[in-house]
Amino acid sequence: MSFIPAPISRFFHRTASPPHFYTLADKLLPWLTVLFLLLLIPGLYGGLVMAPADYQQGDSYRIIYIHVPAAWMSLFIYVLMAVMGGIALVWRMKLAEVMLISSAPIGAGFTLVALVTGSLWGKPMWGTWWVWDARLTSELILLFLYLGVTSLYGAIEDKRSAARAVSILALVGVVNIPIIHYSVEWWNTLHQGPTVSKMDKPSIHISMLIPLLLMAGAFKVYYAIAVLQAAKLELIKREPSAQWVKNLLEQNA
Amino acid sequence: MPLIQAFFAIVRRDLLLAFRRRAEMANPLFFFVLVVTLFPLAVGAQPNLLRAMAPGVIWVSALLAALLSLDGLFRSDFEDGSLEQLLLSPHPLSVLVLGKVFAHWLVTGLPLLLVAPLLALFMGLPEQAMPTLWLSLILATPLLSLIGAIGVALTVGLRRGGMILSLLVLPLYVPVLIFASGAVDRAAGGLPTGAQINILAAMLLLALVLTPLPTAAALKMSVN
Amino acid sequence: MEHSSSAMLEVAGLSCSRDDRLLFSGLSFGLRPGQVLLLEGSNGSGKTTLLRILCGFREADGGEIFWAGRRIAESRYFADMAYVGHADGTKKELTVLENLRFALALGHPGQYSIDLALQKVRLSGYDDSPVQSLSAGQKRRLSLARLLVTHSILWILDEPFTSLDKQGIELIETLMDEHAKNGGMVILTSHHDLTFPHLGLQRIHLDSCP
Repeated sequence: MSFIPAPISRFFHRTASPPHFYTLADKLLPWLTVLFLLLLIPGLYGGLVMAPADYQQGDSYRIIYIHVPAAWMSLFIYVLMAVMGGIALVWRMKLAEVMLISSAPIGAGFTLVALVTGSLWGKPMWGTWWVWDARLTSELILLFLYLGVTSLYGAIEDKRSAARAVSILALVGVVNIPIIHYSVEWWNTLHQGPTVSKMDKPSIHISMLIPLLLMAGAFKVYYAIAVLQAAKLELIKREPSAQWVKNLLEQNA
Repeated sequence: MPLIQAFFAIVRRDLLLAFRRRAEMANPLFFFVLVVTLFPLAVGAQPNLLRAMAPGVIWVSALLAALLSLDGLFRSDFEDGSLEQLLLSPHPLSVLVLGKVFAHWLVTGLPLLLVAPLLALFMGLPEQAMPTLWLSLILATPLLSLIGAIGVALTVGLRRGGMILSLLVLPLYVPVLIFASGAVDRAAGGLPTGAQINILAAMLLLALVLTPLPTAAALKMSVN
Repeated sequence: MEHSSSAMLEVAGLSCSRDDRLLFSGLSFGLRPGQVLLLEGSNGSGKTTLLRILCGFREADGGEIFWAGRRIAESRYFADMAYVGHADGTKKELTVLENLRFALALGHPGQYSIDLALQKVRLSGYDDSPVQSLSAGQKRRLSLARLLVTHSILWILDEPFTSLDKQGIELIETLMDEHAKNGGMVILTSHHDLTFPHLGLQRIHLDSCP
């Protein structure tokens, strides 16, 4: 595309070439793993041990250190998938397609974790495993959107067509997510309001916030690790007879 | 304007086709009535319960009827090669797609308006809610066709696309369902429904502009 | 075949693979007004795929296609070409006339009126018959009539001789001949051996590609 300077576009095309990406991912993975542990261990320790118990909910609130980052990730990954879809459709970049496809099951996993932890949290809070509150319902619909992406990709045999199809679907979904979110919000406003995103006056204590942000960081890095692994595999599956894959196999043999 | 001519040529052709296959076209309508009939049988003929459930039941049934009718939107065009010819037309595909969706709505969405009073009667919906039920059907059934068209376009090339179609399309129908049945529910309770109707109208305008583009892109993918 | 800059349709370095199998690569050819190009090759050699790439249904993995010196997406290509594929592209519930009128509404009017085109493909008198009552060969001829009523310089025909009798085959050959003499172009695939005594037929063998 003409509105992007040539050196930048060249850089992206070089980075996005499968063999280059593969080696880059291999180099990044150990560092990401270290970073993940550096965020996860203090995050868990801070959240489960150091942070004080909630004066209303006692210790059961501590599930937010899993629930909230997972819910954030579920939305974040879907938006990222739509961005990848846009790139794949406009610039026909194979790597973007691969990243989109590799992200979908991970995003669905985070959504499921958010749903299950939300339900576990709901038991002591509301006395039942499931309440039709706005956020859990939105999360459930988001899970269906993820499942739509994965099953559509699985159903179309030609993988290039399949990648285009899920790119379109991800873009359509991302336009709909705010509409779904607000319609569900309007439908039912039972849940406690958003607690963290109010930047001017955080209603959460700082000793609870820091572990929460650490956990959010850890989840993001975990996603990066998982998606790189999945993308590596997907790249090989797509071009099993490409020269770079053969070279790779010889190296490892 | 050749483009407008092409648009109306598509609408005319699809209406003619629907007329020639009129036996098939009535099926979603029967389905709609049948599903609504099942609810009193399942939950018991309790007038109060049915009245409270009426907006939801009618709208869920309308959603399912729309879903059922969607399959015919591009299927036959895909199978007999007409879709390829549409793609090769020098006119923008999104406009042609809009023509197809419009004809599809005239054939499958509009008749729902005719049977709606009958269903309201079955479910004991108060008379005062009827105008709102009609209005919500007029605004929301085209929305169902427009949004559904994306899903059909994505799955038309699949041999067993039906299940995936519902998985793709039903989550996207959630806002329509919420606002449409919400409007009818409020009207039944004698409350103002301006907000819901306005939101439905806004969503319809948005969908008219936005949905033909992904539908066209998805059709190109499916013909591949 | 010779590669000339006066070519109307120019294909440069086209490559395509399917399911990780290379169908063709570095395929280049040009087509000038008045030329007929026959694609040959065994089943699965990528003939239909190439036609579908030329129709814009499928994307090539590499290479470019130019029409009158411009990339096809930026040219009048889609207004200038017509395609008849395996599927007839006609509605079986509609009559012959209704189908042709619809085709005309979607494209630009060509050199023949509907009546004249029906005469050419020997379907006059069938105007009001529904397409489902026609024989397979008649359906084929109807889809050829579509080429005549709409404006098209380049015809892309995928196996046009399927389900046609000897006269039908001759009919298509005559139509292609006339089209070429009027400055049109044809690209086709065929299992039949073409007897084109009077026409310079270009050939491309797809099997020869690695």
